[in-house]
Amino acid sequence: MNFPILSSLILLPSIGALFLFFTKSKSENKITTKYVALFTSLVNFFLSIYLWFLFDQTTSAFQFVEDRVWIKGLINYKVGVDGISILFIILTTFITPLCIISVNNSVTKRLNEFLIAILVMETFMIGVFCSLDLVVFYLFFEAGLIPMFLIIGIWGGARRVYSAFKFFLFTLLGSVLMLVAIISIYWITGTTDVVQLYELGIDTKYQNFLWLAFFSSFAVKTPMWPVHTWLPDAHVEAPTAGSVLLAAILLKMAGYGFIRFSLGLFPSASEVFTPLIYTLSVIAIIFTSLIALMQEDMKKLIAYSSVAHMGFVTLGIFTIQQQGIEGSIIQMISHGLVSAALFLCVGVVYDRMHSRLIATYGGIVTVIPKYAILFMVFTLASLGLPGTSGFVGEFLILMAAFKDNFLVAVLASLGVIIGAAYMLWLYKRVIFGKLINSELKKMIDLNKSEAFTLTCLAIPTLYFGFYPEPLINTIEVSIRDLIDTYKFSVASKQ
Amino acid sequence: MNNIELIFPEIFISLSIMFLLILGVFKKDSSKIIHNISLLVLLITAVITFNETLSINPTTLFNESIIIDYLSSFMKIITLLATFVVLLISSNYLRTFKIFKIEYPILILSSVLGMMIMISSNDLIVFYMGLELQSLALYVLATFNRDQLKSSEAGLKYFVLSALSSGLLLYGCSLIYGFTGSTNFNVISTQFNTNEYAITFGIVFILVGLAFKISAVPFHMWAPDVYEGSPTSVTLFFTMVPKISALTVFIRFLYVPFLNLIDQWQMILVFLSIASMLFGAIAAIGQKNLKRLIAYSSISHIGYALAGLATGSNEGIQSSVIYMTIYIVMNLGFFSCLLMMKRNNIYYEQIDDLSGLSKNHPLLSISLLIILFSLAGIPPLAGFFAKFYIFKSVIEQSMYFLAIVGLLSTVVAAFYYLRIIKIMYFDEEKDSYDKDHNLWLKLSLTVSTILILMYFIFPSELIDVVLKINII
Repeated sequence: MNFPILSSLILLPSIGALFLFFTKSKSENKITTKYVALFTSLVNFFLSIYLWFLFDQTTSAFQFVEDRVWIKGLINYKVGVDGISILFIILTTFITPLCIISVNNSVTKRLNEFLIAILVMETFMIGVFCSLDLVVFYLFFEAGLIPMFLIIGIWGGARRVYSAFKFFLFTLLGSVLMLVAIISIYWITGTTDVVQLYELGIDTKYQNFLWLAFFSSFAVKTPMWPVHTWLPDAHVEAPTAGSVLLAAILLKMAGYGFIRFSLGLFPSASEVFTPLIYTLSVIAIIFTSLIALMQEDMKKLIAYSSVAHMGFVTLGIFTIQQQGIEGSIIQMISHGLVSAALFLCVGVVYDRMHSRLIATYGGIVTVIPKYAILFMVFTLASLGLPGTSGFVGEFLILMAAFKDNFLVAVLASLGVIIGAAYMLWLYKRVIFGKLINSELKKMIDLNKSEAFTLTCLAIPTLYFGFYPEPLINTIEVSIRDLIDTYKFSVASKQ
Repeated sequence: MNNIELIFPEIFISLSIMFLLILGVFKKDSSKIIHNISLLVLLITAVITFNETLSINPTTLFNESIIIDYLSSFMKIITLLATFVVLLISSNYLRTFKIFKIEYPILILSSVLGMMIMISSNDLIVFYMGLELQSLALYVLATFNRDQLKSSEAGLKYFVLSALSSGLLLYGCSLIYGFTGSTNFNVISTQFNTNEYAITFGIVFILVGLAFKISAVPFHMWAPDVYEGSPTSVTLFFTMVPKISALTVFIRFLYVPFLNLIDQWQMILVFLSIASMLFGAIAAIGQKNLKRLIAYSSISHIGYALAGLATGSNEGIQSSVIYMTIYIVMNLGFFSCLLMMKRNNIYYEQIDDLSGLSKNHPLLSISLLIILFSLAGIPPLAGFFAKFYIFKSVIEQSMYFLAIVGLLSTVVAAFYYLRIIKIMYFDEEKDSYDKDHNLWLKLSLTVSTILILMYFIFPSELIDVVLKINII
């Protein structure tokens, strides 16, 4: 198997984008450009499914590795996947076509450029999850800022400029310290190749600073309390497709980074800083859930709920247990599906009423019943009802947390209750109640493309809720190996 | 005389200047032909430099007062090529202001001659001679649009402050001569006594003079005014070419005679670097004029180049050279955009004039977008790699403070680059600009954009070239 499947996955969307760049965007061409973009992303999706099909679940070694000299004697372009990264790649390729389908109503101007931005974004996102070299990882991680900045800034809402700047500068500020750490690792160990670094290990005396530098970047991206403030702004102002990408995939880069780099490269530092992560996660879960309870803007509410959900993810990762990390990954996948769907749901009513305020709505269950059903599914998935993918992740994380630290687990469980409260209350206020606003009567139910995207998201949400086996099988061996190495290196250092 | 062929480039360029002067006097309306000949001269000189001197072993001439080695040849070629492009894309601008005269290319050629002498100098007097030759030509160039008040003001300001800094520099030279008994770099390096504080004073004075020439903080005050007032094509020249030669002298002066005194000058360089990076980034935020903004941005960029020099290692020098090379490409692209902002024979240079550019000129604005993100150092564009090499060499020497401050100032700098992008992409459009641009202008923009965008595919090429620079 010499076909460079991962590089194709990375490059294909950019080739599609290049193709779009050279087609003139006339108004009658809109459909064509959209089909080109959709076609590209679908090809990529099937390619990634094929990748999953070829993927060997019984080994934790990196597969489909491509290793090419990139900067002589300095950096190799090295990509590969293991059980941890492959699911994120599939999530990315799955969400992107749905985003492209959803641009129908929300993006009215410069459709061509918008699709280019989304496809370029896909390249960078897949690159992040594939790269096995720290510099290559950094490159993709940072490069994603450019298209996202433009997506928020050009196609966003009223305060888009402020949000775009905040998003860009916050993330950049976090990341530059990671660059210092990456270069330091190069000088300490002589390589930035992740696989070699796993074998070599990094001297304990450097680990704490390096861990903190990586943490500064991932904490902003996750986002963890107290650096989460860019997220609600970015979400609220971004166009629907932008919010979806941001919530479903961009946030996952940080969770992935924690597992791959913080745990993998700096085990003893992770051990030292676990209490910090626990504290911040619990604060994120409870505090942002309470904030979410008070929101009047639907998108903002979901944005804060994302922060809370990501709090569970970081909590689960740093329990350093099989269930905890498995739960975190499943929680990330589930959150990717559910938050994407919730933002699309908000997008649906926003396109019709041009308001995201909860107070505008109420009692629309009789007007748009199909919408109400699908929204219900995702609301329940978001609060973690058994039978949805949200439950599996949260349950595994809490189980691991109870083993490790009772107090933290109790507090986090409290967050689950508040989570249920704000989601159900949101649903009640938007869907049920009296139909006061007469404008709402004119709303049309889901059109075909909206129904299709939401159903596409609902199926895996429910399927993995009942039967998470395929996910767990994929990640199990890799995580077990990661934890073994981790435990071994922590034990040997003491 | 041995090895005289090694200074053929300089000889050729000086003969050409004399010839062009005579041609200009005796032939009427010869500005166009002189312009073209000058372009040819620059190109030929670059070719001669490439063929004759690039791959030879370091050789000294004229009692070791001139040195020809890989560094000098490489820097000369960059200088010549950058000047070539400047001259190539400035003709339309000059015609618009009716200053398309014979003096312009000749002055540029003479300043290039001065720079080449500076780059090759291995002796304080030769270095000073080259410096003055280039500076005198630059004063005149700054005032070249003499009917405009701002241009005259720029030239005068530049002249007065530059003369002051030259004075300081000379004073430093005399101190060093007094305490070592020679002006030759090689002799100085064997003669001086490390405990002699007067030598440190001499170094400081010379560093001040050089810092002025590359507009490093706190000797940058002239730069924004001069850059704003000078004709745009001259500003383009100012932001790149004199800095290459001054930086080369910086390298040679610090690393050949005074490498042993690194404890003395390293802190100065670190300070200059940090101050330039931070000040350039912060001061640019409030600017409204693009040329002023690029002045502050160039101050900030020179800070990064100095950070490489402050390391005291070969890697540091190489990373600075890489930085300057990439910076020149980005700058050429940026100024090509600036020279395209023309409507009804008026050039626009306020940031607000870019408002909504993306709607009327999608290609121009996407190029500018790429250039600006690259200037801000966002991967995967060339500007990121430039910074990456700098910080790689800085961290190698465990200068973490410098690295962290440098990277934090990129975040500050990102803000003002983003502001331009915001104005281009997020704001409402204004009238569109002329679209019938000079072919060369378009070509220079396209080539520089593609180089910046595609650099990540072939990053090794530039490094391979630069790795041959070996000073220590």
